[in-house]
Amino acid sequence: MTKQIRQLDRVVIRFAGDSGDGMQLTGDRFTSETAQLGNDISTLPNFPAEIRAPAGTLPGVSSFQVHFADYDILTPGDAPNVLVAMNPAALKANLTDLPRGADIIVNTDEFTKRNLAKVGYASSPLDDDTLDGYAVHPVALTSMTIGALAELDVSKKDAERAKNMFALGLLSWMYSRPYESTLRFLERKFAKRPELVAANVAAFKAGWNFGETTEDFSVRYEVKPAKMPAGTYRNITGNAALSLGIVAAGVRSGLPVFLGAYPITPASDILHELSKHKRLGVTTMQAEDEIAAIGAALGASYGGALGVTTTSGPGVALKSETISLAVALELPLLIVDVQRAGPSTGMPTKTEQADLNIALFGRHGEAPVAVIAPKSPSDCFYAALEAARIALTYRTPVILLSDNYVANGSEPWLLPDVESLPDLRVEFASAPNGEDGTTFLPYLRDPQTLARPWAIPGTPGLEHRIGGLEKADKTGDISYDPANHDFMVRTRAARIETIPVPDVEVEDPDGDARVLVLGWGSTYGPIGAACRALRQRGLPVAQAHLRHLAPMPANLGAVLRSYDRVVIPEMNLGQLAHVIRARYLVDAIGYNQVRGLPFTAAELETMLEEVLKNV
Amino acid sequence: MSEPVALKLTAKDFKSDQEVRWCPGCGDYAILAAVQQFMPELNIPRENIVFVSGIGCSSRFPYYMNTYGMHSIHGRAPAIATGLSVSRPDLSVWVVTGDGDALSIGGNHLIHALRRNVNLKILLFNNRIYGLTKGQYSPTSEVGKITKSTPVGSADAPFNPISLALGAEATFVGRTIDSDRKHLQSVLRAAAEHEGSAFVEIYQNCNIFNDGAFDQLKDPGIRDDHLIRLEHGQPITFGKDGQFCVVHPPGGFGLEVRETANTPAEEIVVHDAGVADPAYAFALSRLPGFDLRNTPIGVFRSVARPSYDSVVQAQVAEAKASVTETPEQQLAGLLGSGDTWTIVG
Ligand SMILES: Cc1ncc(C[n+]2csc(CCOP(=O)(O)OP(=O)(O)O)c2C)c(N)n1
Ligand code: SF4
Ligand SMILES: [Mg+2]
Repeated sequence: MTKQIRQLDRVVIRFAGDSGDGMQLTGDRFTSETAQLGNDISTLPNFPAEIRAPAGTLPGVSSFQVHFADYDILTPGDAPNVLVAMNPAALKANLTDLPRGADIIVNTDEFTKRNLAKVGYASSPLDDDTLDGYAVHPVALTSMTIGALAELDVSKKDAERAKNMFALGLLSWMYSRPYESTLRFLERKFAKRPELVAANVAAFKAGWNFGETTEDFSVRYEVKPAKMPAGTYRNITGNAALSLGIVAAGVRSGLPVFLGAYPITPASDILHELSKHKRLGVTTMQAEDEIAAIGAALGASYGGALGVTTTSGPGVALKSETISLAVALELPLLIVDVQRAGPSTGMPTKTEQADLNIALFGRHGEAPVAVIAPKSPSDCFYAALEAARIALTYRTPVILLSDNYVANGSEPWLLPDVESLPDLRVEFASAPNGEDGTTFLPYLRDPQTLARPWAIPGTPGLEHRIGGLEKADKTGDISYDPANHDFMVRTRAARIETIPVPDVEVEDPDGDARVLVLGWGSTYGPIGAACRALRQRGLPVAQAHLRHLAPMPANLGAVLRSYDRVVIPEMNLGQLAHVIRARYLVDAIGYNQVRGLPFTAAELETMLEEVLKNV
Repeated sequence: MSEPVALKLTAKDFKSDQEVRWCPGCGDYAILAAVQQFMPELNIPRENIVFVSGIGCSSRFPYYMNTYGMHSIHGRAPAIATGLSVSRPDLSVWVVTGDGDALSIGGNHLIHALRRNVNLKILLFNNRIYGLTKGQYSPTSEVGKITKSTPVGSADAPFNPISLALGAEATFVGRTIDSDRKHLQSVLRAAAEHEGSAFVEIYQNCNIFNDGAFDQLKDPGIRDDHLIRLEHGQPITFGKDGQFCVVHPPGGFGLEVRETANTPAEEIVVHDAGVADPAYAFALSRLPGFDLRNTPIGVFRSVARPSYDSVVQAQVAEAKASVTETPEQQLAGLLGSGDTWTIVG
């Protein structure tokens, strides 16, 4: 039968199922196929903290959302146009996010009395009016998969497990995705078990053919490639990009990278990734705790490596004392905080931006450090390089504030030319710097950068001692002199405050906006999408986004003061707004949400429209 | 390889220009002098030696050594030194710590450094008190210790640092005393020669807050009846006239002290620091209980196991050996790995 083909400019699909249903993998593959086609993409996984919550329950639901379009997009999409629900729990957990009219593909085989009861459905939503207004496509996914594999030599369990590939095949057909990369992927993944390659490929093809033949799916969709700058792309998550940024910082500085880390969600993937790059001189150590992890990284920095430690909020709290030591020692150190919802264990797999305060202020004594936040998954690469540049040039700890949303979300990344990446080479001290030509002054500063010499052990003639006790200016000897302490505290503050960082850029295409939306970190996408939507409706609004939170860009005060209203959306209770008010005496309005989820563009649009009405 | 050139360093070369500021009479002075006098023996250039310490009176040590040094934060020296040692195998890294620093706040880092067998020489100055904070009891203070924080006596049982180190899989464990320079240096020598973590407990007198804590081991009149000097390959006898010995009673788990006169010579334990089973060294460590009678000093255990540093370095070296491309080329390959696509302009 010939199918009608309809053009769309954008689609949001959410794959949802039990944690054991392989939804992350399914989403990943669909994303990869979509990338091959040249659409712009943004993805968002959402999974429970439990490795295997009880099967079929609401807490066990895992989902993956992918947004793709024929133009450049900024977010994984507010609401799905299509939901793939592998069981009743997946349907129930995601239905509220679905606008009426959306397509729902359900695996009817899982809608048994028992499974319905598990999630509190008294009757099947497929039979009552629950799904009125949606385009429901009931598909017996499990039994059709098993049927399609009947001839193959696989167990029933393995056959059943291939049902996610059936779903992927169906969706790939619906959206006209090229599937060669998926077939290659399956061959790689199951290289050691050819029977599973055959089973998964057969399930995928069965899904594709089902779409082709069944009358239920009368329309096929196409989304044309987006116009993106020429070059080679790959799809990348924030954690992967951040890891590569650290590797690149090692290559571009010529220094060995030493990572000390203690496993914690959602930062562990960076440890996993970096542990693969020994060839490029990256040493990783899984320490006994977060304190040891940063201690070892600092010890490595002292020895002339690029010391890095990666963690999430609870780990940052543990590292606090060592960060202060690094401030006193004035050594380079990169601290990565992939934020998650807190306090305490909070919601480990959910996102939040509530560690800005601890990054800026969470240390004893006057202990300023540089703080940087990436705005999107691929930006994590450049943010890591920038953090390393500041750490190495200014001999200071730098905190890189990623979060679960950018860490696990993905987008296409135009691969940079290695030669175009910043040159991070450093010079170690090699000779005495005292006026007499023989003494070494470990705290004599470079007048430009205020950085002290990095004199690593092994350098003859520069033997010296450093420590947490207050040091006399220049000599670094222990000093309790009041005036010296005052001077050193102010100097350490000035060291950070005077690091040159790029001016903040304002996006205000027509230059007539009176309201500025200021964001930082991962809210860039939703804020940008909301601003675009408003502008398309003729409502002018300006957007500025902070990458450098300490020090802040020199032009920020002037920018803030040139608007009638400043709105600061944050996934916390107003931490940046607090700083902005204190530093610039600007009456910024906070818009705050801490639900463990990113902002939707729609909610920001609604909020901003209100603000615009009132200026 | 050519013969190492004799550097002809002296104790003076290891003295820094900083004024030493321990209380007059503190045992730390004796240890500092012993270490400074011992250092030239290593024949390692000063710039390749690093002392890393935590916080405490003892942890001021690095300031006084004319080598590289870091006075870090309370309890964390083993962690910091681990990162340094692993990334710089060319250095000789020493950790100086106290009983509070190593066994209380830093207990976790100590045991993990030992189990990993990081190439660190760890000197624990045990004065059985918190010196720097002015005299609170420590994790090695005897039960019932009266201090500022325990006016009616401490309630908790102490650690035996040697037993603890052995339980933590230490490959080298020794004990010595601040006042016996020759012995102290002999243990340092053995520690320095050891590949991997060498843990050395040094009994140190804090004459301000815990004076005389080790007097039985120092008083020439009685010390020989208290001290068991462990010598590798020698039968373990002690006492002024060798009147005591150590035996392993059949059926028992541990070691016991007997009178030599009533013990057949073949029953006396011959000390072997290389016994693979740590139970032997552990049994030695339990001989004194917590009074100082029957206190072994010397090397309890010295066994070979690859250091963490060497294993990690070998992994990196092996990975690097397989590469022919420049780092930039490798990086370009890495960035472009996985599923990529090209958009032509
Ligand atoms: C995080 C932290 N907690 C507490 C202290 C205070 N403090 C400094 S030294 C010390 C105990 C030192 O005892 P020990 O390690 O036995 O060293 P000693 O002074 O006896 O040589 C304490 C509690 C500190 N410096 N840092
Ligand atoms: S307080 Fe005790 S340990 Fe500290 S310097 Fe004085 S005597 Fe030595
Ligand atoms: Mg002490």
